[in-house]
Amino acid sequence: MKLVVVSAGLTQPSSTRLLADRLATAVAAQADVEVRVVELRELAVDIANHLVTGFPAPVLGDALRAVAEADGLIAATPIFTASYSGLFKSFFDLIDFDALTGKPVLIAATGGTARHSLALEHALRPMFAYLHAVVVPTAVYAASEDWASGELAQRVDRAGGELADLMLRNPAKRGEEELVPFEEQLAALRGKP
Amino acid sequence: MQFGIFTVGDVTTDPTTGVTPSERERIKAMVTIALKAEEVGLDVFATGEHHNPPFVPSSPTTMLGYVAARTERLILSTATTLITTNDPVKIAEDFAMLQHLADGRVDLMMGRGNTGPVYPWFGQDIRQGIPLAIENYALLHQLWREDVVDWEGRFRTPLQGFTSTPRPLDGVPPFVWHGSIRSPEIAEQAAYYGDGFFANHIFWPTSHFQRLIGLYRERFAHYGHGTPEQAYVGLGGQVFMRKNSQDAVNEFRPYFDNAPVYGHGPSLEDFMAQTPLTVGSPQQVIDRTLTFREHFGDYQRQLFLMDHAGLPLKTVLEQLDLLGEIVPVLRAEFAARRAPGVADAPTHESLVAAAQEKVTA
Repeated sequence: MKLVVVSAGLTQPSSTRLLADRLATAVAAQADVEVRVVELRELAVDIANHLVTGFPAPVLGDALRAVAEADGLIAATPIFTASYSGLFKSFFDLIDFDALTGKPVLIAATGGTARHSLALEHALRPMFAYLHAVVVPTAVYAASEDWASGELAQRVDRAGGELADLMLRNPAKRGEEELVPFEEQLAALRGKP
Repeated sequence: MQFGIFTVGDVTTDPTTGVTPSERERIKAMVTIALKAEEVGLDVFATGEHHNPPFVPSSPTTMLGYVAARTERLILSTATTLITTNDPVKIAEDFAMLQHLADGRVDLMMGRGNTGPVYPWFGQDIRQGIPLAIENYALLHQLWREDVVDWEGRFRTPLQGFTSTPRPLDGVPPFVWHGSIRSPEIAEQAAYYGDGFFANHIFWPTSHFQRLIGLYRERFAHYGHGTPEQAYVGLGGQVFMRKNSQDAVNEFRPYFDNAPVYGHGPSLEDFMAQTPLTVGSPQQVIDRTLTFREHFGDYQRQLFLMDHAGLPLKTVLEQLDLLGEIVPVLRAEFAARRAPGVADAPTHESLVAAAQEKVTA
């Protein structure tokens, strides 16, 4: 199964990426997954250009396709100004509106203080709900002080287990979309509304 | 193969001089450009249709009727006619009228339009874009082919015993192209009717349109109109030429960098690599345009966008002179490469001949 990890961390090394990697390892411990990491920092200019032109440069197009075709997704962002980062949101603004329908998603975030942890619940979870993704119950937030606690590891394992479980039950359906033959499109309009 | 130009009709400030044409100047410039297209040996002039500033062409058949009176050979077309928000009855009437005035030198391209507020201004809903395109075109198709029409649909008041006038010239409706940049439903619609499919691929990567055109060709054959290779494909293009390619790049760059559609985004070089935009010498434009055939197969109509982003009329006319010089080369090169059995784009004459053949058969 394909697991795609989207990380919006900006520094290098990035604690957001560190958290995302730990989550991916936790998923891999419970399911046979092929992991691909999409670092949004490397795509920042392409993302801005896509917003302006309406189409993706090849590298960004490949990343968007990988997300759409994944069996499961880990989405990790730093919390900026009480919400996901603008880069994180801009990337998901470019996803086809139906690309995440039914897709298992694990949400995660990092921040300087634990006071921002509910941003996961009031910003990321509703965004993915809008996209009709299935978000696992455990969202993982790591503040600076959490990197010294065993509790973070427990949350990572629990969330990873939840995502692995959903992916195993619900692998992505792939393949070309079915074309509706023209007569059916026409007949649908001629039937009574 | 047909070569021509299409215009969006934008009023845009020239970023190099700060000059903004008036609406009158822009409208007259569009006419001058159309007349120049015939003068330099192009086959088609197509105008956009818009109902919001900064665009001027809200009334395509008015403009095309005027151009028709001042040209002899040029085919007058649209890019695009809004099949979603126009009343199909009015499209049937306006373009049949134009057909008579222009002695048949008329075809049109259907499009849905992507400006959200235009739909409610005309009493429609953009979320119904595809159903509107399907139902409205079905009615238009019928109005041009049946003298008396009884009709009832979802989006328009019913018709009983209605005859759209004037009837199409020689009983032959104008040929229709369907334009789409992302909807397989529209490729399917074009295939179903055996109409043309126009992919304005100038702002998007090639791979995307290969899928759409491939689908159209396959379904064209499925509906019994011929082989996939015989389907009618039109493509957009966008070029800027100077004898010396670096001069072309230097002159066009400020227009590119500030263009309403893609300005302030990717570099000119990246955009040229990712889309069909070609800025360079006439030979570079010839070479690039010939690659379209390799990507999409033999096709029937090539339209270039030449007059946008604030380019002054004088520059556009110079560009058309250069286009006039390379089109004979393109005609010869495309003809030499073309597979046997590929049809030309239908014209009024060819459609009349086909209709007569059907009657005698």
